[in-house]
Amino acid sequence: MRGFLLNRLSQSLILLLIVSVIGFLVLNLLPGGPLAQFGLDPGMTQDDLDRLKEQLGLNRPLLMQYFDWAWRLLQGDWGHSFRDGTPVLAVIGRHVPATLLLMGTSTAIAIAIGTWIGIRGATHRYSLFDHMATIGAMVALSIPTFWFGLVGIYIFSLQLGWLPAGNMYTIGDGSVLNYLHHLILPSIVLSLVHVAIWSRYMRTATLDAISQDFVKTARAKGLSERRVIMKHVVGNALLPMITLAGVQLPSILTGALVTETVFTWPGMGRLFLDSLGYSDYPVVMGLLMFSAILVILGNLIADIAVAIVDPRIRLG
Amino acid sequence: MAASIQPIPPHDVALSVCDLTVNLPKGMERTYAVENISFDLKRGQILCVIGESGSGKSVTANAIMGLLPKVIRVSSGTIQLDGMNIIGLSPDKLRSLRGRVVSMIFQDPLSALNPLMTVGAQIDEVMAAHGVGTPKSRRGRAIELLTEVGLPDPELMYHQYPFRLSGGQRQRVMIAMALALEPTILIADEPTTALDVTTQAQILELIRDIQRRKGMSVMFITHDFGVVAEIADSVVVMEKGHIVEQGSAQQVLKSPGHPYTRRLIAAVPHLTGEDRVPLETADKAPILKVEGLMKTYRSGSSLFSAQRVVPAVNEVSFDLAPGRTLGVVGESGSGKSSLGRLLIKLLDSDGGGILFEGRDIAKLSEAEFRPLRPRVQMIFQDPFASLNPRSTIGHILTVGPIAHGTPYAQAREEAKALLAHVGLDAGAFDRFPHEFSGGQRQRIGIARALMFKPKLLIADEAVSALDVSIQAQILQLLDQIQRETGVSMIFITHDLRVASQICDEIAVMQKGRIVERGPPSQIFLDPQSAYTRELVAAIPGERPGTTRPVAANG
Repeated sequence: MRGFLLNRLSQSLILLLIVSVIGFLVLNLLPGGPLAQFGLDPGMTQDDLDRLKEQLGLNRPLLMQYFDWAWRLLQGDWGHSFRDGTPVLAVIGRHVPATLLLMGTSTAIAIAIGTWIGIRGATHRYSLFDHMATIGAMVALSIPTFWFGLVGIYIFSLQLGWLPAGNMYTIGDGSVLNYLHHLILPSIVLSLVHVAIWSRYMRTATLDAISQDFVKTARAKGLSERRVIMKHVVGNALLPMITLAGVQLPSILTGALVTETVFTWPGMGRLFLDSLGYSDYPVVMGLLMFSAILVILGNLIADIAVAIVDPRIRLG
Repeated sequence: MAASIQPIPPHDVALSVCDLTVNLPKGMERTYAVENISFDLKRGQILCVIGESGSGKSVTANAIMGLLPKVIRVSSGTIQLDGMNIIGLSPDKLRSLRGRVVSMIFQDPLSALNPLMTVGAQIDEVMAAHGVGTPKSRRGRAIELLTEVGLPDPELMYHQYPFRLSGGQRQRVMIAMALALEPTILIADEPTTALDVTTQAQILELIRDIQRRKGMSVMFITHDFGVVAEIADSVVVMEKGHIVEQGSAQQVLKSPGHPYTRRLIAAVPHLTGEDRVPLETADKAPILKVEGLMKTYRSGSSLFSAQRVVPAVNEVSFDLAPGRTLGVVGESGSGKSSLGRLLIKLLDSDGGGILFEGRDIAKLSEAEFRPLRPRVQMIFQDPFASLNPRSTIGHILTVGPIAHGTPYAQAREEAKALLAHVGLDAGAFDRFPHEFSGGQRQRIGIARALMFKPKLLIADEAVSALDVSIQAQILQLLDQIQRETGVSMIFITHDLRVASQICDEIAVMQKGRIVERGPPSQIFLDPQSAYTRELVAAIPGERPGTTRPVAANG
């Protein structure tokens, strides 16, 4: 296990290095460079721009800029936002809770419902339920999220007036109920797609497990059908799902670009879009590194979880 | 027949199947899986149900267990377990019988246990499902069972996960599980087919021993008359869903009445102990000379963790004359398949030499070996997996020669001629693999290998996946081809009986080494090494003094 972790750690560091180099290069090679946004200000002269460049160290060779940036990053200094001078980590910290609330809720809904649909679809294969679930998943996957979001807002906010059309809370009202009220529509819209994905994967994994010989053994032992499914089939079907959960994990913190925009949710997705729009390069680079680290962590956690659950890996 | 006048089986019958018909869903080869079958399993006896694939023997077992898939239904007849008709019982009632009154063990012990649960938990589950005992008493019983089936260190075994156990040990766990509630009837569905011959002998002995001690009734499903001769009290022979013959083991083995039974018995590969008449060839120089061949597998190797080193092929040397067949036999893990792969350079060797027609091919690079590849061809084990399902037979046969420069028209003619040669009609050329049976596919596999006019054929378990009657036909075909073309053959198999049919010489492998090499007469009648003696003694139905199948004519 220790060897495995050390191996993974070294792989992860190399991966982070590659991601950071590519991200840094691409951002700096974009037309206009980091100062394009400042150039749009009519009062800004070329002299001002040059001075700014010098202040921010942007007139140095790219390689030096990269090493400087990377060195500071390792020390915990992720730079300052071009927009308001706040440290990047503080900017990220300000937006994470909103995303965590939205994504956490919708992922929990998606896993619970998706797992249930998947198991039921597999145990009642080709039943009406299974066909409806298949069609439902196709529909949810083929229609873009923003459309669901807009339709949801039109019906439940504009026509019926039951739910707020956006934002995380009403200004001046910070009660839990108020938060929950705002959470309902975006979390359901977000989970639609995730339920579809989860139920499809879970159905396949369950079908794989159900045709294994040990399931026949379990039935031959005289176990109740419920125990056969819950203990022997689902236990084994969930193994591949852990890996999928690991892939999903980072998105809980990095947010959903489209849904957050549609519902004006003040999370990480919107922060990313806004920062791109303002050419706020330190923040964009920070977000890039943040999500790369999360992806690596997610996969690592999934691998460890699989090893804990599967004795063949844990002990083998 | 009206339900009210069913005959009540006499008390000494544990299981009585009467006029049972099980229908298959529409669109299958036939409308029924079994039709009007009747047989009795007497108390304290072992009944062998024998038949080839598709005979309906497993469907019968599943019907008795109440485990038929929903689409397959019993349409008429009765199954009486201990005098109670189970056809039409509610699923819940059937469930309460399973594991308690009738238990079952399966063919493949590697996949029949849940990989995520300990051995102990899986045995415990049978008792818990039927509400027997307390957790503490069940634990005691489980350890008692593990001791009874002869597993070492039962206390430790209780906490083991299945992946730590060998195939034979897992089958013992399956048996322990099946015995947990002392069922009246044990159904064993080909329980030794997936095991090595020495393990098979141990498991057969265990089943027979337990059956005698507990006076249990066993329904034993098999395709192997050797196994029947070892353990059966009575025999039921099934063909295509019908019972064609039944009677005592003695009677069926000694004087089979039905032609199908006679065919099956005759087809059982039999230890001849006689040497094959070797093919006379002009050139006596060995076509293949292997010297000190080595292959070591290394696993778990990475930057930070230690390696595991397994010598798969260790200092193996032999030579092979033109037109001769060398059998390589051994149990799983003996290195016989690795040896085959080394010879055809699907694996790279770590040391030693392979002199093919006097040239050392072990050291050749892939590009240097490529022109020689047509001359060494392989026939694979699984005729279902080794043919691309999306290619026509014609494409499968011609793609290789065309890649090596044969014009299409010529390749096509040769392919059609070869198909006729291996016993298929020329119409097969445009058809797809799924349209053929297992035996026919293996013929296609042989034709594919012959397309290159090879000097050396390597057959890796080429008949192991086939029914015995088909096996005999394929062996005959290989023999005929060798006599016509003078091709040399390396025949890799785990089945000594098969090896004795076709080989001029047999090499016995154990743990990567050849422990003995000699003609069949030596290997079977006068084995020199202890391991060979053990292997020969373990062959089912061949022990001196037991009932021998008739039609053993060498």
